[in-house]
Amino acid sequence: MVNSFEIQLQAGAAPFDFPVNFRKYLVLAGVTVFAVAGDSMLSHGMKQVGAVSIHHLQSVIFAVVNPWVAMGILLLLVFFATYTNALSWADLTYVMPATALGYVLLALVARFVLHEHIGPMRWIGIVLITSGVGFVAGGPALTEHPPTRSHTEADEPADGVQVMRTAPKAPLLAKNARNGAPGGAEV
Amino acid sequence: MRHVYTWSAILVIVFASVVGDVLLSHAMKQVGDVGDLRRRVGLASMIARMLSNPNFLLAVASMAAAFFSLLFALSWGDVSLVAPAAASLTFIANAVAAKIFLHERVDRRRWIAASLVAAGVALLAG
Repeated sequence: MVNSFEIQLQAGAAPFDFPVNFRKYLVLAGVTVFAVAGDSMLSHGMKQVGAVSIHHLQSVIFAVVNPWVAMGILLLLVFFATYTNALSWADLTYVMPATALGYVLLALVARFVLHEHIGPMRWIGIVLITSGVGFVAGGPALTEHPPTRSHTEADEPADGVQVMRTAPKAPLLAKNARNGAPGGAEV
Repeated sequence: MRHVYTWSAILVIVFASVVGDVLLSHAMKQVGDVGDLRRRVGLASMIARMLSNPNFLLAVASMAAAFFSLLFALSWGDVSLVAPAAASLTFIANAVAAKIFLHERVDRRRWIAASLVAAGVALLAG
């Protein structure tokens, strides 16, 4: 236990600034905005293209000639770049809720730009998503696995994974020891 | 019959998205922080590193499959069912898969968040 704690502490003290800094929030914002913009354009375009028959599945390929669909795909490629970037320094379960914030953004645009009516259920949905995102954003961005910090697959030690499984509390302790404060010091 | 098609499409989308997300997350952890990497080895080497990672390529293939099944489903399915159902199920399934396959520490905070977000998406888009 003491041993694994030391390993975690070393790994945690490595060259990473775990408090998510401004550049990283910018990437997460990109994930949100480009996902929403891409999805909306795609959805709009597919309505123009019309139903694709199950007997002509290949015709879905030709949907890309629709400018809305093409633009949507382009934006989704940008989304993919930001998403990939985010996943290189944060957990999947940390990045995921950021994409959900896009739905909130979409609803707010509908309300305040397009002046559409938003019913009580949808407002509740907005509150739920926002609080869910708040929950995750307050926590650590990355589970500190010692082996995944290395840059080549070859030198991933199998016992490093074991450390994680046998002492799940160790990363948190190591983190708190470094920050000098219990929990979410990076909020 | 249309109902069966719609739910099959939703399940295909969810499965493909989760496989894609998990593989991509795994691949990017292997590749390393792209910000640091670009500074150290340059953009071209960084991209080469990503493209030579088999998990990355599999992830892209899965995400493409998810994308085309979504495109397909959106064109005839009930959009107000397909989009929110696929999105919220993907959130929950991703949290489970991240815990099992990526060994992410999905603590109570993240479970609550994933559930809130999934419920919110269902309400908002439904």
